Amino acid sequence: MHIPDGYLGPITYGSLWAAVIPIWIYASKKVKELLKASQVPLLALSAAFSFVIMMFNVPLPGGTTGHATGATLIAILIGPWPAVIALSIALIVQALIFGDGGITAIGANCFNMGFAGVLAGYGIYRLISKLKIKNSKFNGKNPDVKNTRQLIGAGIGAYAGINLAAFLTAVELGIQPLLHTGADGRPLYSPFPLSITIPAIMLEHLFLFGIVEAVVTVSVLLYIKKSHPELIRG
Amino acid sequence: MANLKFKIQNSKFRKLWIGIAILIILSPVGLILPELLKAGGAWGEWGADEVEKIAGYVPRGLKKLSELWKVPIPDYAFSGWEQGLKSYIGYIFSGIIGAALVIGVSILIGKIFAGKNGNS
Repeated sequence: MHIPDGYLGPITYGSLWAAVIPIWIYASKKVKELLKASQVPLLALSAAFSFVIMMFNVPLPGGTTGHATGATLIAILIGPWPAVIALSIALIVQALIFGDGGITAIGANCFNMGFAGVLAGYGIYRLISKLKIKNSKFNGKNPDVKNTRQLIGAGIGAYAGINLAAFLTAVELGIQPLLHTGADGRPLYSPFPLSITIPAIMLEHLFLFGIVEAVVTVSVLLYIKKSHPELIRG
Repeated sequence: MANLKFKIQNSKFRKLWIGIAILIILSPVGLILPELLKAGGAWGEWGADEVEKIAGYVPRGLKKLSELWKVPIPDYAFSGWEQGLKSYIGYIFSGIIGAALVIGVSILIGKIFAGKNGNS
């Protein structure tokens, strides 16, 4: 899902840079307001976790590979705006040092994985874990029910978040042949149309990488609930 | 270094830091499994030469932009260490370098932002 340099034309990568800069400014403001000095190690742990978990390429046998991002998990642990910063730091280091994602595409990759994936995943987690339900079976005041709803919310949020990021990636790549063609009529940048990019990227994420993200998120959350229960926000 | 060691030993999050270290050591699994199951790279993350194989030509803009920047450690591999055992060791080193950079930048940014929020 890390778009390399050259796949997006200037209209797309420019727009996504323009979109991500105000997001970073807003996220920084929120972090300034909320982050305590004692939480700085958690920000660093989260960014490192995201960087390292993306190194675990999961194979689709005979096909491509993909990976988890940790976006929803990190948002649950440190809050959505600090998570935007943590994911962005990991993605920028990947682009500048390892060529995993392009320099021109930093805006796009941070927007897709570091912003949309984080906020969507966290929003769904909050909805499922916090929604007030009167029926006693699902009432969040019961600690067991609360626990179950948090885990289910985290799993579904993580699955939805990574799939939204994948979908945005597929759309951004797929519109390139519509936006930029050379004098000979051939695409100048990513040459594959939406009818190829969407099924190619979405099928693998809906059926495999999304599930990997959900499993990683729920497993780490289960561990942290035991080792550091104070870290799980609401 | 001694200061850092002290900090980690006394950190509330010691177990989580150890978890990151274990993940880095295990990271070559992310190379070995795809090799065993004959999976290539991620969809749409091909180099210009691979795009040529798939599409039949290299889009001009793609070629130009893809040559914009030479990264120090392309694909988490050191030159001459791209295959087999050496690639796994290189991958671990890349994980260490990358995680160290990410942690350093996060602490720097975190310290700047959290500066006004006291020590609690």
